[in-house]
Amino acid sequence: MSLKLEDIPFEEGVQKGIENDFMRQAVSGAQGRFRAGRLKQAQELGNWEDWRKLGEEIRTHTVNHIDFYLHQLSEQVEKRGGHVYFAETAEEANSYIKQVIQTKNAKKIVKSKSMVTEEIGLNDALAETGTEVVESDLGEWILQLEGDHPSHIVTPALHKNKEQIRKTFAQKRGYTGSSEPEELAAFARKQLRSDFLQADVGITGCNFAIAESGTITLVTNEGNADMVWTVPDTLITVMGMERIVPTWEEMEVLVGLLTRSAVGQKLTSYITAYTGCREEDEIDGPNDYHLVIVDNGRSNALGTEFQAALHCIRCGSCINVCPVYRHIGGHAYNSVYPGPIGAVLTPVLDGYDDHKDLPYASSLCGACTEACPVRIPLHEMLVLHRQKIVENGDTPFAEKMMMKGVGMWGGSPFVYKMSTKLAHSALKPWTKDETIENGPGPLKAWTAVRNLAAPPKQSFRSWFENRKKDGEN
Amino acid sequence: MAVYNRDEFLNKLAAKLGRPRRTEGVVRPVWRVNPQYEVFKGMDQEELVDIFANQCEAIHTDFVRTDVAHLKNVLVDVIKSYGGESIILPKDPRNEIYGLPDCFNELQQDTNIHVWDYTIGKENEKIAERANIGITFSDITLAETATVTLFHNKHHGRSISLMPKNYIAIIPKSTLVPRMTQAAAIIHEKIEKGELVASCVSFISGPSNSADIEMNLIVGVHGPVKATYILVDE
Ligand code: SF4
Repeated sequence: MSLKLEDIPFEEGVQKGIENDFMRQAVSGAQGRFRAGRLKQAQELGNWEDWRKLGEEIRTHTVNHIDFYLHQLSEQVEKRGGHVYFAETAEEANSYIKQVIQTKNAKKIVKSKSMVTEEIGLNDALAETGTEVVESDLGEWILQLEGDHPSHIVTPALHKNKEQIRKTFAQKRGYTGSSEPEELAAFARKQLRSDFLQADVGITGCNFAIAESGTITLVTNEGNADMVWTVPDTLITVMGMERIVPTWEEMEVLVGLLTRSAVGQKLTSYITAYTGCREEDEIDGPNDYHLVIVDNGRSNALGTEFQAALHCIRCGSCINVCPVYRHIGGHAYNSVYPGPIGAVLTPVLDGYDDHKDLPYASSLCGACTEACPVRIPLHEMLVLHRQKIVENGDTPFAEKMMMKGVGMWGGSPFVYKMSTKLAHSALKPWTKDETIENGPGPLKAWTAVRNLAAPPKQSFRSWFENRKKDGEN
Repeated sequence: MAVYNRDEFLNKLAAKLGRPRRTEGVVRPVWRVNPQYEVFKGMDQEELVDIFANQCEAIHTDFVRTDVAHLKNVLVDVIKSYGGESIILPKDPRNEIYGLPDCFNELQQDTNIHVWDYTIGKENEKIAERANIGITFSDITLAETATVTLFHNKHHGRSISLMPKNYIAIIPKSTLVPRMTQAAAIIHEKIEKGELVASCVSFISGPSNSADIEMNLIVGVHGPVKATYILVDE
């Protein structure tokens, strides 16, 4: 199973991203707001560095003992009337889920947003069963109507503007209203309500599974996951195997880190923790519950220098600070997981063959590492990937280009080269009056001592063009 | 109930980690730093009320404070401001203690009141879906995030606070704790003692919302469009 979204070369995806002006503006606006929201919340909470250390310690301990905690989780879910299926591959997961759905003779499935189901290609697999699958997260629903893919792990339809959305609603669902977001959302609410009420099966992802009680925690603002849990009699949860914590106490810490980092909120509107099947005489919730725990390449990271990539809580902070993502957008990564975490994780899950350009989609500025609420050394892992790719004798396009003397990332002093050679605009959010204050990552140490002159205005576009020319010979 | 493929799957993970598989004996360590216990440490209930009230504004939720004697009037006002019509609520001993039946007598005759009744099964969900207002008590209330915590059971379905257009939470002041840390600790302790956690625990902070369309905040998506929290001094 490939994590690739489309069968196009990396270069082409990047070019498409750069040419999409609306997308680039939307991305940079979103990045700015997410980043500001996170920083505000971190500041309000105080001692943010302690929180990050706690997050890291919890994730490290849990992943180090992942076999123990998954065992405990499965025992608890079973005790509460649920089935647990351990799936080593995407195919295994999909065929188990298909089987459940066929046994139920289901006509309609409602889903809440889940990265792992995107990763395993569940919707395509379900299409084979002839069952109607409805994505219920507003952004995902918009994309589903259009047949498009998410471009951001938190706001999947970031690359769509409201006029495009209005048109899609009109074409696909006969919508006659305006392009006002409230009106669009009210329309979606109505449409999706009837889907919820008719659904036979619900499918959710999982933000954090709690081992001690077999509980699944879902974090949302819209309340769609709650509808998915409440109405259908059959519920299937699909979780990446690492999305687990020992007890409710760690869940609480990580949920707080997640909501602050992901959307700049202290908590989202709904944090819902459900356990197994509904109890006797309860009306809401499933009476047939299935938890599907997916490996799909994650175990490749265990015991290696990439293990910490499994600590990720999918907050998107690294994406929201990444100067490269800012310019090329989510689709250019051509992976379910975009941005720095995508560049780290995708080759781990899926091998280098299809993704050897990804570790080069980074300026190694270190902003991602600094933003990560669980302190994953993302940019160090990107360097490691590059080393491995080169050691394999597998020189991707980007590496060849670098060796030809663009010298973007090589040589020393690395920091200064980065600041002068990387596109001017990449540093924009931290540029004030053409000097850089409080630069990201390694720049920070420099700027703490003296303010650097801002790098010359070479645009990412021209950098990319040069890079392309160099790569061609 | 069954568990499939567990041994192969977990044995492989243990092998990758370079050690034998563990099914017992792993003890959760004492974490080296614990900033979660420091937040609002030593604050009294009044200070927590202030934090709670401020946060309500941030989450687009109306905040009203009253006492048991005046709850009836306040509740009638809020219900009327939402247009009355139809109300659903759990079967909860606190309904009587806080004088809710009395309050409902004050409402127009044609206001539909439904108290969750498990004997009529899925009909409860349908009523909730049509209801204009859902009302619940908060079991644990988190000051920092203006969150009500609900433990659902056969007398209290998740639908009540989810499906109606408007949501009202009645919050006894004594349920107020600093933050989710305390709620998680209470639940964790019960689990340690062998108690079963509710099949659904929900932490609700205001009405439903989304930023999925051009990052504009839209209040009211799948869940309630409006919410009021009524804090009751006891
Ligand atoms: S790697 Fe860190 S910053 Fe990036 S999504 Fe994961 S947890 Fe968030």
